[in-house]
Formats: sequence, C-alpha cells, structure tokens
Amino acid sequence: MRRQIARRRTLLLAGVGAAVAVVVLSLAPGLGGNPSVIASPLVGRAAPDFTLPQLDGPAVTLSKLRGQVVVINFWASWCAECQVEQAALNQVWQHFQDSGVVVIGVNFEDTSGGARGYVRTAGVTYPVVEDTGSRTALAYGLRGVPETFVVNRSGHIGGHVIGPVDVARLTRQISSMLQASA
Amino acid sequence: MSQLGTYLLPLGLAVSGYGLLAAAVGAKTGRSALVESARRCAFGTLAILAAANAVMLAALLTNDFALRYVAGNASRETPAFFKVLSLWAADDGSLLLWNLILAGYIAAVALRFRRDRPSTFPYALSVLFAVQVFYLILINGPARPFGTVANPPADGRGPAPLLQNHPLMAVHPPFLYLGFIGFTVPFAFGIAALLAGGHGPDEWVSLIRRWTLAVWCFLTVGLVLGALWSYSVLGWGGYWAWDPVENVALLPWLMSTAFLHSVMLQERRGLAKLWNITLVIGAFSLVTFGTFLTRANVLSSVHAFAQTSVGPAYLAFLALVLLTGFGLVAWRLPELRTPSSLDSAISREGAFVANNMLLLAAAAIILLGTTFPLVVQAVSNQQVTVGGPYFRSSVTPVFLLILLLGGTAPLLPWRATSRSRALRRLRVPAAAAALVMIAAAWAGVRQVGAVAGFGLAALLFVTSGQEILNGLAIRRRGVRGSTVRALVRGRRRHAGLVVHMGLALAAAGIIASSSLGQQAEVTLKTGQSTVFAGQVLRYQGLSTAQQPQRVVLTATVRVMDSAGRQAGTLDPRVNLYPAATEPIGSPSIRRGIVWDLYASVISLQNDGGSATFRFYHNPGVNWLWFGGLVMALGGVAAAWPARRRKHGDRPGAGATPEHATIGVGAR
Repeated sequence: MRRQIARRRTLLLAGVGAAVAVVVLSLAPGLGGNPSVIASPLVGRAAPDFTLPQLDGPAVTLSKLRGQVVVINFWASWCAECQVEQAALNQVWQHFQDSGVVVIGVNFEDTSGGARGYVRTAGVTYPVVEDTGSRTALAYGLRGVPETFVVNRSGHIGGHVIGPVDVARLTRQISSMLQASA
Repeated sequence: MSQLGTYLLPLGLAVSGYGLLAAAVGAKTGRSALVESARRCAFGTLAILAAANAVMLAALLTNDFALRYVAGNASRETPAFFKVLSLWAADDGSLLLWNLILAGYIAAVALRFRRDRPSTFPYALSVLFAVQVFYLILINGPARPFGTVANPPADGRGPAPLLQNHPLMAVHPPFLYLGFIGFTVPFAFGIAALLAGGHGPDEWVSLIRRWTLAVWCFLTVGLVLGALWSYSVLGWGGYWAWDPVENVALLPWLMSTAFLHSVMLQERRGLAKLWNITLVIGAFSLVTFGTFLTRANVLSSVHAFAQTSVGPAYLAFLALVLLTGFGLVAWRLPELRTPSSLDSAISREGAFVANNMLLLAAAAIILLGTTFPLVVQAVSNQQVTVGGPYFRSSVTPVFLLILLLGGTAPLLPWRATSRSRALRRLRVPAAAAALVMIAAAWAGVRQVGAVAGFGLAALLFVTSGQEILNGLAIRRRGVRGSTVRALVRGRRRHAGLVVHMGLALAAAGIIASSSLGQQAEVTLKTGQSTVFAGQVLRYQGLSTAQQPQRVVLTATVRVMDSAGRQAGTLDPRVNLYPAATEPIGSPSIRRGIVWDLYASVISLQNDGGSATFRFYHNPGVNWLWFGGLVMALGGVAAAWPARRRKHGDRPGAGATPEHATIGVGAR
C-alpha cells in the first residue's frame, strides 16, 4: 500500500514537473525578443523628408544629405533615457563624421532653453534641429524618445531603434550601410 | 531625501528575509518564540515600505528630477493629483506600491492571528514572507525605483497622457492591486495546509473564506472600474476589448468565484478538499502569470509596461509557484481523497460542481485565447492575434449557462433528489423570464442569443429576489424577530443572493450594450446637423483652452430631440500633451438609465471648421456599473465579520466566527 502511494506520488510529481516545464518553455521565447528592435513598417521605405531649423545654425534638409548615411535621433532634455545614450551618439559622431555619416539630433517637444542647456552640459557636437509642432515626429510615427532611425545613402530607412542606442549595434549598422553602397 | 529610499529597500528585504527564515524554522521546530518574532517582522516590513512609498511620493511632488523615475513620470506642469498617481503609472513605482500592499496584507494576517493561531499559521507566514521577499528582490535588483540620472534634467516628461486624462486612474489600479495581491493570503494558507498535513486541509477553508471574499470584492471593483475607465477615457464606445491584460485580470476572478462556491461543498459535506486548495493555488498562479504577461513585456497591450529587465525573474517565480503549488497537491493527492461522493446529480452539490465546471471552462477558453499568440510565436515565430470574435462566440454560451444555473441552483435542496418543491418554486422566476423574453422580442430584439440572455438574466434576478424574501419569511417565523434580525441571521445566504442579483443586472447590461447598440461616423461642418438614434445632433464649433500641462480642443455638439427641443450638449475633446505625438481624445457621454449617448472626435479639419465624430447609442451600460456595485456590496456583506455571540464559548483556536453562521449558509 505504502509502496503504491509512493509510486503514484512519483508519477504525479513527474507530471507536474513536465507540465511546468512546458509552460516555462513556451513562455521563455517571448523574453528573448528585444522589444526595442521591433520591425518598424518604415524600415525599407524612403525616409520622410524634412527641413528643420538648427538650434544655432542654418536649417537642415534631409534630402540634401542624400549620398550620406544619416542617423536621426529624436530626443528631449526632459528624457532621462536620452542621457543614457548620449555618450554613444557622441562617440559614433566623432568616429564617423569624416566617412560620410551625419548624426542629427531632432529635439522633440521641448523648450529652446532646455534644449540649449542640455546640448551644453552633455557636450553634444553634432547638429541639433528643432521639430516645432512635432510634424517630423508624426511623419516618422514616433513612439516616444529616445528613438533613432538610420537612413542609408539612397535615402531609405535601414534601421530603427526604440530606446537608447548602443555603440556596437549602431556602428555595425552604419558600417554595413557604408559598405553596401561603397 | 530620495537617498533614503535606496537604504530603505535593502532594509525591507533584510527584515522580511529574516521573517521568512524565522517563520520557516519556527514552523519546522515548533518554537513559538521564533514564530512570534517573524510575526512582528510583518509590521516592520510594512513600516519600511510605507516609508519608501512616502519618499517616492515626496520626490514626485517636489519635482526631484534627479530620480530617473520622477524625470520619466512627472513634470513641473503635472497637477499634484496626477503626480500622486504617477506612483503607479510605470513599472518601478507600481512595484513599490505592490510591495506596500503585500506588506499590508501580511501585517493584517499577523494582526488577525495575534492570539488564536491555527497550526498552519507559521507555514502560511513563511509563504507570505517568501512572496514578499521575491517582490522586494525585484525592486532591489532588476527594477530600481530610486535609480538616479547623472545630469538631472530641468523638467520631467510627465506621466503617460492616457494616465493623466481621467481621475479614475486614481482608483482602478489600486483596487486591482488589492485584488491581485490579496490572493497571496488564501494561497499561503492553502500551501500551509498541504505542508502541515494532518487536519490542515480541514481547517484552512474556514480560515480564509472571508479573506478570499474580501479579495474577490476588491477584484470585482477593480475590474468594473477598469471597464468604466476604458469606457470613459478611451473613446471607442466600449468597455471590454478582450485585451490580454484585461483577460488575465478576469481569470483569477473566475477561479476565485468557483472557489467561493465549491467551498460550501467542503463546509457542508466535507467534499472537494483538495479541489478547493487546487482552485486557490490556481487563482494565485493565474495572478502570477498575469503579472508576468503584463510586466515582462512579452506581449503588446494598452497596459503593457515599458521595457523592463524583470521578465526572467517573473518567469522563474511563476515556475516556482506552479511547481510548489501543484507539486504539493500531487504529493498529498494519494492521502487526501474525499471519502464521500454525490448522492444525486440534481442537487445543490451537483449544481456547485456544474458551477465550477462552467467557470473553469470560461477561464480555460479565455486563457487559451490569451496565450495562443505566445505559443504560436514560440513554436513557429509567427505573429498572430486572437480578437474579440473568438472570445465572444466561445465564452457567450458558457456565460448564458452560468446565468441559467444561477437562476435554478439556489432552488435545489442539498442531497435530496425530490424535485417537486424546486419545480414549484421555479414557477414565478420562469414566468418572469418568459415575460421578459416575449417583451424583448416584441420590442424588436431579433438576435436569439440576446432574447435568451435577457430571459436568463430575469430568471436569475427573480429567483434570487424570491429566495431572499422566502428566507426572510421563514427566518422571521423561526426566530420571532424583526426583518432586519432575520436578514442578519441569514446574512451569508442573503448576501450571496444579492451578489447574484447584481450579476443579473450586469449581465442584462452587457447583453443590451453588446447586441442592441448603434454607432455612426459623421463629418459635420460648423452649424450642420445630423440625425442619430432619434436625436438631432448639431456641431456648434470648436473652442481651444490652454492649460498648463496640455492644450484642450473642445468640439461642442448640441443635442435636440426629434421635435427640435434642446436636450443638452455633448463636448468631446481632443487633448494635446507635450510628451505625446498623437492627440488624446476624451469622449463625452450623456448617461441615462436606459441608454447612453456617447461622442468622440475622430479628427478635425480646417482648424475646426468641420469635425469628424463617432457617435454611439449604448443601451444598458449603466446597469453594468450598477450591477457591479451591487455585486461588490453583496460580497462585502458576506465577508463582514460576524458578531461574536454574547453567550457560549468563544470560537477556539483556528476557528473563525462564521462557524456560527455556517449552519444558515444554505438550507
């Protein structure tokens, strides 16, 4: 009798273990995906053109930069995550600015004073433009800041990152775009 | 000041970690001094977490943008009211509140069992502390609510626009949290009963029935408030979208509703002991599963929290809960078979079994639809979505059967197979149901499902009302007291029947709004009118108001009856928030007892010279809110502590006062 109970117990416990394993295994893959690199419907399409005034300087028109790889980074001074990625953007700009790559910071829903202060303290050296009225943000279907689009030499969006960028991934993307069209 | 928060969280972890150890060792060795010190840790943890929440609140209110959480969820322009709400507007902050509520529940358990301690108490305390330790580890490691930014920004982002668009956000999440987290208590006592063995599985039900009822009330209110929020804020004219996060909140509600019924089998007949424990473990597992789905960012939903790194921790915790819970059930299964079986299928016992089967079937259908996309993605890496049509077509028949069962089961006697009395008592409710069905068909309702649904809701309502009146009449004769006294004596049964009446009202509202509503999308120039649902609606023009945190565009619509008399106005709005690219609409609703007139602005053209509206004619929606309220009030009445008897023995250790009323729980 005892032995029978023990055998049933082992069987039942094994069943529970197997069932839990199935549950965990079918849920785990959902964690592996990085939600920040979801496929944007814009990837592969022509980047929406814009002409926006720089914070301190002449206006920038995207279509005039055709032939170069353009990194468009939407940011705001109130955005804590933007500070996290600032070093990466500076680094990419310094490394690639002489090899046909432009980094543009598009200031999103911010005050000019706040944006200037941020540019000064964070040491932003690449051009920063103001998107008054958020028209460009709307054209790019922005979900929030920071959000970054990488436009290839033919003016098509080749990469899209929601949230802070990291140097390695951005460098890889830029390098492959430079090679592809070289 | 916010520095304090970073010290409080590890301290809380240390205190509840000690509580876990002391309670576990105390349970194993029987040293009551250890258990007592663990019990006191509950109050310590509560105090520490209250302080941590207060620090975060202060940081939000004083614009301490050095904190990453504050910079991301508050801004200088955010009104103070919504700054307070920002505490639970994002993942890290809401975990602080989650921990506080859990600590509150543990302290409540510690206070309740300060003297008369059941044998399972030390085990239950260990389980409670184990859950608290998990959530404290989360906010000490993967999530860092008190994390700072190197260069504090001059201003913060403000809360997500949808969360600062309606005051209901102040109450919907806290009630849901009270409901979700509350399931930890029945779970802990269920696990404790299995761990303790012996008579544990007999005494635990009476210990936690009222806790579960209270938690069920919170969850009911939370769900209804969520539906009300969706209806009043999102502007799509509905209140339930079968969104994954809504679904996973409904699952533990269905499970606990099943438990609250089957628990009577155990109390009255000693049946279904292991089944009841399994239901409670299932409910807590579903809460954990829902938390995982919502917070680990595995699926997209209107509720999904932004990217977090807590996913693997939640999955590990879910695996632990499932393994411990169902592993223990499997372990005890061979020795905990219930001896007796049903005498007759058509009896109160049989009805409770059927009730459980139906509620679990509904839960299984919803769980399947909610997890199907995840499983498909895991297996074939394809993205699929399961939408409202699946849920509506599969769940509706089950819900209709639940109404039918609720309308007949309270008439069935325990054990006995005699049906003549039940049939006699069914006459009035059945006649009422038939009348309502004829009236609905005569009024032009053509869907068979809706006509049947109205009939079944009427059956449920009238049966419940009739049984309350009958019970009162019998008890008044029996105790020779006033109506109030008779009502109180049969409180548990009466309260249950009141919940059923609330359910009937809510069901009628759901059936009416989902099958009889109308909608239309119309573009109107200023001064132009349209006729919708027998009303004349004229667009009066657009007005703009600049508020500190947003710009509000209001499109005023005058409502007139068909004779041209003014009946009121609708003023749906569009709000522009700095931190949102998309404008956030606010619908305008003229609420009525029978139907609501509901308007949303879809788009504006020519600076408001013309506007596209969506108008909805929603019958019965207010019955749903009212029915939900009645259900919650019935639940509160059932959960309210009974007065201890003036004469006679005090209930001994392990027994709760409602032992005194179990006898009148049902005839």
